[in-house]
Amino acid sequence: MYQILRKQQLNPTVTLMEIKAPLVARKAEAGQFIILRVDEQGERIPLTIAGYHREEGWVRIIFQIVGATTAALNEKNEGDSICDFVGPLGCPTKLDGLRRVCIVGGGVGCAIALPVAEALRARGASVTSIIGFRSKDLVILEDAFAAVSDTLHVMTDDGSWGRQGNVCVPLSEMLARGEVFDEIITIGPLVMMKFVVETARPTKIPCTVSMNPIMIDGTGMCGGCRLTLRGEDGAPQTKFACVDGPDFDGYAVDFDEAMMRGGMYRAFERHAYETTCSLFQKEVH
Amino acid sequence: MPNMSQIKNPMPTQNPMVRAHNFEEVALGYSESAAMNEALRCLNCKRMPCVDACPVNIRIPAFLAKIREGNFEDAYQIIREASSLPAVCGRVCPQETQCESKCVRGIKGEPVGIGRLERFVADWHNAHADTPPATPPKNGHRVAVVGSGPSGLSCAGDLARAGYEVTVFEALHTAGGVLVYGIPEFRLPKAIVAREIENLRAMGVTIQCNTVIGKTLTVDELFASGYEAVFIGSGAGLPNFMGIPGESLCGVYSANEFLTRSNLMGAYRENPTTPIMRGGRVAVVGGGNVAMDAARTALRLGAEQVYVVYRRSMEELPARKEEVEHAKEEGVTFLTLCNPTEILGYHNPDDRRDPKNGFVTGLKCVRCALGEPDARGRRRSVAIPDTDHVIDVDTVIMSIGTSPNPLIKTTTAGLEVNARGGFVVEETTGATSREGVYAGGDAVTGAATVISAMGAGKCAARAIDAYIKGKAQ
Repeated sequence: MYQILRKQQLNPTVTLMEIKAPLVARKAEAGQFIILRVDEQGERIPLTIAGYHREEGWVRIIFQIVGATTAALNEKNEGDSICDFVGPLGCPTKLDGLRRVCIVGGGVGCAIALPVAEALRARGASVTSIIGFRSKDLVILEDAFAAVSDTLHVMTDDGSWGRQGNVCVPLSEMLARGEVFDEIITIGPLVMMKFVVETARPTKIPCTVSMNPIMIDGTGMCGGCRLTLRGEDGAPQTKFACVDGPDFDGYAVDFDEAMMRGGMYRAFERHAYETTCSLFQKEVH
Repeated sequence: MPNMSQIKNPMPTQNPMVRAHNFEEVALGYSESAAMNEALRCLNCKRMPCVDACPVNIRIPAFLAKIREGNFEDAYQIIREASSLPAVCGRVCPQETQCESKCVRGIKGEPVGIGRLERFVADWHNAHADTPPATPPKNGHRVAVVGSGPSGLSCAGDLARAGYEVTVFEALHTAGGVLVYGIPEFRLPKAIVAREIENLRAMGVTIQCNTVIGKTLTVDELFASGYEAVFIGSGAGLPNFMGIPGESLCGVYSANEFLTRSNLMGAYRENPTTPIMRGGRVAVVGGGNVAMDAARTALRLGAEQVYVVYRRSMEELPARKEEVEHAKEEGVTFLTLCNPTEILGYHNPDDRRDPKNGFVTGLKCVRCALGEPDARGRRRSVAIPDTDHVIDVDTVIMSIGTSPNPLIKTTTAGLEVNARGGFVVEETTGATSREGVYAGGDAVTGAATVISAMGAGKCAARAIDAYIKGKAQ
């Protein structure tokens, strides 16, 4: 069992938890992920690591309540335990040699972008961060980003906080001004990453994306997390996000296919989520 | 007097029409009288070819003799000397190509039903014996075993019996490896695997789940923390795909994923938390035992039609005969000399949000003929031009093999692997290119059988014992 040491509601649908898992904390690096099960009957879900403390032996996860499992996880409180927590899985984000980096995070993806920004700052790199949210209520980690970024752009779709517009707006302005980065690292919803990649493509600045496909074992056994990469010649190549990723060259990723695969169980998930929510509501009343 | 019947005592099974819709075990097992009657078919020949043909050399005539006497517990103890998992092997071993293939009774008629008797004895023991195995005295040496599948469990069992302090590291949340994520409940009930694992725990073996060697801990860290030898039984990992268009469509699974969702994650239960595509029309591509498991699982999940698509003929089908027969009885259709060239999907050009977009609608195949034998002696499958046709399906399960898991080789210096990614080992000992590191099972051979993996685990246990004792002197 893995104990929840700290729980904090970041906004109405996003929760932070620090989970006691000394072995995972000892090895975790920015960009890697864990897989957890809430209880004995639960499904395995992957969550990218949002932080860790090697000495205190905890790993931070930040998750959005999107389905039955994240809803069940959110019902747990400090002091409670979850049944399984395994990692760190996948490859760490490659940071060597990067001196000027633009980090583009969207929504709960910002939680995963933050440790990358922190690691870069710790290595002395110059960090420009763009973080985007739907509205003011959903903004998370703004202060933490401000602390590690040389420049920070906060965007909201409706303009209720920061600047109005999506994350591509400041990115394309900077690129148009001729600002140069060694790399653009983007983490967020697939459709956002797709557009960040398209914005960056003409500049040929390397653009890394963090993929979060459906997964089961996370160790390269089931192949459920496969995605297609296309080189410049267009030849397709199958990769497994769990062992080859989760970071990939954004220019090569077939985003349309990834979005299609992400929707494979949409009907099932919606039903499971509604059932879970009504279950928790009954318990409350 | 031996029983001279030319046929085995039949194995009672669930009615095919009933079992095709449930996950309960297909074969029901011998009664005591059937077992004693079957054991009487053994001629007790001096040469004992069956023992040589068993990968772990179980003293078969000796345990059959105990069954004839009605002394089932003694029979169990004889099997147990050689095998850590009798109830498992009695169910999933391909006896027809091993012990039973060499049985003298098989020359004229059917061989003795050794597998059925092994299963009977193990089940009898589990139902009647309540004493857990004794904890052997410890010798003070520690060994780490990576992976809790058949090779790891048998290696751990033998080492524990010899007094070693053994820790088994398992990446998943449940121990058992392929016995729990791969082989379905109707062929190997999970309770049987759990019981065998409890027996190992009772012998003092520690099983640490949720620990991925190569990620959570490395092989070097295992040595640094005091383990004197490491056995790697990490299994076959990455599933192979054909490389044809459409393999990323929704509704295309590797057999590993499909079986893991159903078996390990319990998607076959009512109101599961892990989803799986149920019902509809299913094509399983491949002809091995895993393909049979996937096809029969799909049927039980409510598929209206299940095809096994195989590029050679029924003759070359690598799956066990018994599994093929069971699958046919249950209603699986075999499409042989047929090879997929493309998976077709739904695409509504007028509505990007059509929920059917991206889902499988059919499997395009070409008919094949058998050509010259290949390097392994199997006749090649050759496509016949202009025979394209589409099979109407909505789920496709690729069951065309796996490649060894890359996590350990990429994180451990000095471990030699072959071109297919399997560890290079000395055959009789399982010793790898690195001192103190041994390997066995699918991590070495690529996809093979439970019993050959167990055999490899046993050999390695013996070699590890000799290695540690040699070092201590």
